[in-house]
Amino acid sequence: MSDIWAGLEAAFWLIVTLDGDLVEITARSLHVSLSALIIASCIALPFGTWLAIRRFRYRRTAIAVLNALMGLPPVVVGLIVYLLLSRTGPLGVFGLLFTPTAMIIAQVIIITPLIASITHQAMRELWAEYHDLLISLNTSKRQRIMTLIWDGRRALLTAALAGFGRAIGEVGAIMIVGGNIDHATRVLTTAIALETGKGDFALALGLGFVLIALALAVNILIHSLSQTEQEGRW
Amino acid sequence: MVSMTLSLQKAVVKRRGKTILGPVDLDLKEAQFTIVLGPNGSGKTTLLRVLHGVERLTNGTLSLSKSNEDARQEQAYVFQSPIMLRRTVRANLAYPLELLGRPKSEIETKVQRWAHRIGLEDALERHAPRLSGGEKQKLALARALIREPEVLFLDEPCANLDGRSTREIETLLIAARAQGTRIIMTTHDMGQARRLAYDIVFMLGGRVHEQGAAAGFFDAPKTQEAGAFLNGEIVE
Ligand SMILES: Nc1ncnc2c1ncn2[C@@H]1O[C@H](COP(=O)(O)OP(=O)(O)OP(=O)(O)O)[C@@H](O)[C@H]1O
Ligand SMILES: [Mg+2]
Repeated sequence: MSDIWAGLEAAFWLIVTLDGDLVEITARSLHVSLSALIIASCIALPFGTWLAIRRFRYRRTAIAVLNALMGLPPVVVGLIVYLLLSRTGPLGVFGLLFTPTAMIIAQVIIITPLIASITHQAMRELWAEYHDLLISLNTSKRQRIMTLIWDGRRALLTAALAGFGRAIGEVGAIMIVGGNIDHATRVLTTAIALETGKGDFALALGLGFVLIALALAVNILIHSLSQTEQEGRW
Repeated sequence: MVSMTLSLQKAVVKRRGKTILGPVDLDLKEAQFTIVLGPNGSGKTTLLRVLHGVERLTNGTLSLSKSNEDARQEQAYVFQSPIMLRRTVRANLAYPLELLGRPKSEIETKVQRWAHRIGLEDALERHAPRLSGGEKQKLALARALIREPEVLFLDEPCANLDGRSTREIETLLIAARAQGTRIIMTTHDMGQARRLAYDIVFMLGGRVHEQGAAAGFFDAPKTQEAGAFLNGEIVE
């Protein structure tokens, strides 16, 4: 028990004094997860919308595959990316293993299906609602997509935030492909795992608080967005 | 306004192997205010959607004086259950004009005018999906009329409305008609049909069972089924 109290106290000071290690690790976490989020969103938002609007032959199959990919265990994703990037792997020449780039790649693979699936769901509902009106008003394809994206913008943002929440809290895949190297690939989650193992609860708890704060901020954002959705503001 | 062709030849709509409309031959060239009557499921909605070009024909043809796309540009449709954009009342009214790229000042003037006509001038900033059912129906009508269409389709625009709202809508429709808009509308309200119709299309089992001038139809229906329908009997 006293361990925890001492840890809490130390964590408090680490945060208040903006401890160098803490700041560095937090910044790297944000860098990796935000990069992954931006890349994944660029793929998943248009793809999810497209999947909702377009009818094509293997649409059902595509949706089923997407939902299956959503359930991929991060550790397995990490393993596969590791094999692809390792020096003997097909992409080994780029020397990306144990770099933040490798971690970004792994996170993109983990969160793209999630964002695409939430996007698809929301856009399909909106499209079903608007379909007849938009056809009746003789809208062009472009006008339809713009209308759907604009009126579905909260849902799209919620999807992106959900992806970010998953990325920032993920540990299995980035541990494998990043290697948790100090001053190189160490991020919040992997550092917590390491410091806990070493028994340095102060740093582990400090990092934990930062992580919780980030996750909480994302959740509050999602919540307030779905709130405004009902009230129809912005 | 240029007279507009709107006719169907041997039109058939099948869904899942079942014929839900037709075969229908219909010519609405001279129609001024056409009321489509018929029991539930007789194909009224399907007929209107086919005429508007949002429902594909399985067989037969729809003849328009312009290409399908151009014709739809001059038409407006008020759906049986109003579709509200998830935006404000103002944005809903402005939307059809924005699609046409009209200047902001014109849009603003028209939005104000139509909001006033439907009594929603104080609700312009409200979220349209949260309006009452009757307000939504009026908004859908105003959004359809704001483009001053040549042809207006209305699918039971006054269902669920009280007497006052119904009269407000009828007044708007009569005014639009006077401006040269051709109206084709379904209703289950016989009083309304008598008040508004120039001519009647009576549907039964997916077909046009009887068609003719309103006066003749109400006073002396040609078919037994139409007579029974007018007497409020159940027709199948
Ligand atoms: N997409 C569809 N698939 C299968 N059946 C359909 C479809 N659309 C309509 N129908 C059927 O076609 C028939 C005609 O429907 P329609 O909506 O045109 O009737 P209606 O005269 O407008 O009825 P109401 O007075 O209840 O509005 C109904 O039996 C309906 O169930
Ligand atoms: Mg109907």
